[in-house]
Amino acid sequence: MTRYITYRLLLLLPVLVGISVVVFLLIHLIPGDVVDVLLGIQTSPEAAIALRRIFGLDQPLHVQFVHWASSLLRGDLGLSLRTGLPVSYLLTSRLVVTAELTGLGLFLAALIGIPLGVTAAFRQNTAADYAASSAALVGLSMPDFWTGTLLILLLSIKAGWLPPTGYIPFSTDALGNLKLMLMPTITLAGGSASYIMRMTRSAVLEVLSQDYIRTAHAKGLPRHQVIYVHAFRNALVPIMAIVGQQMAYLLGGVVVVESIFAVPGIGRTALESIYYRDYPVVMGVVLFVAFAYVVINVLVDLLSALVDVRIRERIARSGR
Amino acid sequence: MNSVSDVAVFSSNDLSTRAERSLTALALSRLLKNRLAILGLVILALLIVSAILAPNLTPYEPTAMDTSLRFQPPGRGHPMGTDQFGRDLLTRILFGGRVSLTVGIISVGVAAILGTIIGLTSGYYGGWWDLVVSRVMDVLFAFPAVLLAIAIMAVLGQNITNVMIAIGIVNTPIFARVTRASAMSVRVQLFVEAAEALGASSPHIILRHVLPNCLPPLVVQTTVAFAWAVIAEAALSFLGLGTRPPTPSWGLMLNEGRNVMEYAPWQPVFSGIAIMVTVFSLNVLGDGLRDALDPTATR
Repeated sequence: MTRYITYRLLLLLPVLVGISVVVFLLIHLIPGDVVDVLLGIQTSPEAAIALRRIFGLDQPLHVQFVHWASSLLRGDLGLSLRTGLPVSYLLTSRLVVTAELTGLGLFLAALIGIPLGVTAAFRQNTAADYAASSAALVGLSMPDFWTGTLLILLLSIKAGWLPPTGYIPFSTDALGNLKLMLMPTITLAGGSASYIMRMTRSAVLEVLSQDYIRTAHAKGLPRHQVIYVHAFRNALVPIMAIVGQQMAYLLGGVVVVESIFAVPGIGRTALESIYYRDYPVVMGVVLFVAFAYVVINVLVDLLSALVDVRIRERIARSGR
Repeated sequence: MNSVSDVAVFSSNDLSTRAERSLTALALSRLLKNRLAILGLVILALLIVSAILAPNLTPYEPTAMDTSLRFQPPGRGHPMGTDQFGRDLLTRILFGGRVSLTVGIISVGVAAILGTIIGLTSGYYGGWWDLVVSRVMDVLFAFPAVLLAIAIMAVLGQNITNVMIAIGIVNTPIFARVTRASAMSVRVQLFVEAAEALGASSPHIILRHVLPNCLPPLVVQTTVAFAWAVIAEAALSFLGLGTRPPTPSWGLMLNEGRNVMEYAPWQPVFSGIAIMVTVFSLNVLGDGLRDALDPTATR
């Protein structure tokens, strides 16, 4: 098991390096560099050359990469062109907001998706199953920007129950914070809840088709005991893995959701920075989210292996 | 020697196409029994026809402005109302279908072809090429799809060609992974070994034996990718990173409608419904295809 954990963590390294290379290349593919943005058009070529030398932009690409990557290792993501603040500071100061939104979204998605999926599987081909499956199908067909717009239209403009956009820190006003986070959370959770429902349903159906379930029924165990002791517990591991993967997935959705509801997290920061051509911030967010995404996915895999004896044994057999 | 192997390969090939045809017929009959999938197919067909015939279906121009007609509610003459520039919304929705479908067909088509070539060769040949492909895919999968598309658009700049490029780049590794997996499982099958023993060339084996066996997952993936492409195009345009106004893109129209929805709620609502119905039809079709092409299915 230790070998497996080490192996998975070591395998993470080339991916992290790869992500850095991609982000670095994306920055360099942008027409015009930092100097052009900083100095504007009305500038002497000499000044531009001097500034490029200061930034090290006259060096060959691979030298620049090594330089950039070594500052990255020290947690230095460069400076925002618009505000002059360190990108790492912008990221860390807005991460709390994004973390709250993602956490609430995942919680809500699991809260809706898992019970619906389990119920649908245990009552396969009944009205309850059809209702839950249809709801999930519609949920999967509603992109977040459409759900969000619809929620604002219905709950804010028509009903007047909630303010359409805005943000209050949790520490200032907990209730106000949750009230404003309600619509973003529902929007973020919608697609995930549908996905979790469908995957949970098929995970439980898979378990229900196993021989030991038939044996449990055959030896006369009461239905609820078969369901909760034999079926649900065995389906828990795949369900956990699905929910964990959704956490990483939701990180990609925050850009859109934060923008619709003006939630000041890292997603909205990234989008605003695109409009202002503040590329160090954009790429800082992209890099951070991609890192978080792969690390979370590996942790979910490791956690499933720790919890599930079957996965552990499969790993032991394959010799890793 | 050459002629012998040619004859032998020809006959094995004949067998494989015959087997494949009956599988296709089986899958098709399963698909046609799935009512939801039929619904998806019908909606999709209607969308395609209405996108092609858009200029004939409406007396209006999608970008013709008439401010005296702004914010007309749905009614006679304008079944879906008009927008802030007095443009007929139904006309813009019909023409918007052209944008969505064009972006979907081109970006998914290119991604499917590129991804399939990469996946087939890396899965069949293995070795250093497979190693390179796998590592590059690992890296590309490390970015959440929407975020990668946004980052690419930030670099390339806002226009519809770049939208297709961004969506294509995000989709290519997914197609490569799907075909690579099936190519690897087909490569070790006896009929491939037999073809090799008979002296068939690698390109011949890949095209006539490996590719047909990769088609079922590819077909399903194409539908899924298409649904995602429609969402991604709309999302990018919604965020102001995709198509430029006055292009009638559903995502753009939804975003414009968001700013005026206090007076003209029909504008965001109809644009959103257009996106939702399209994605829904592709989703149910994809589900139906997945079930119909499932080799473990008994009926």
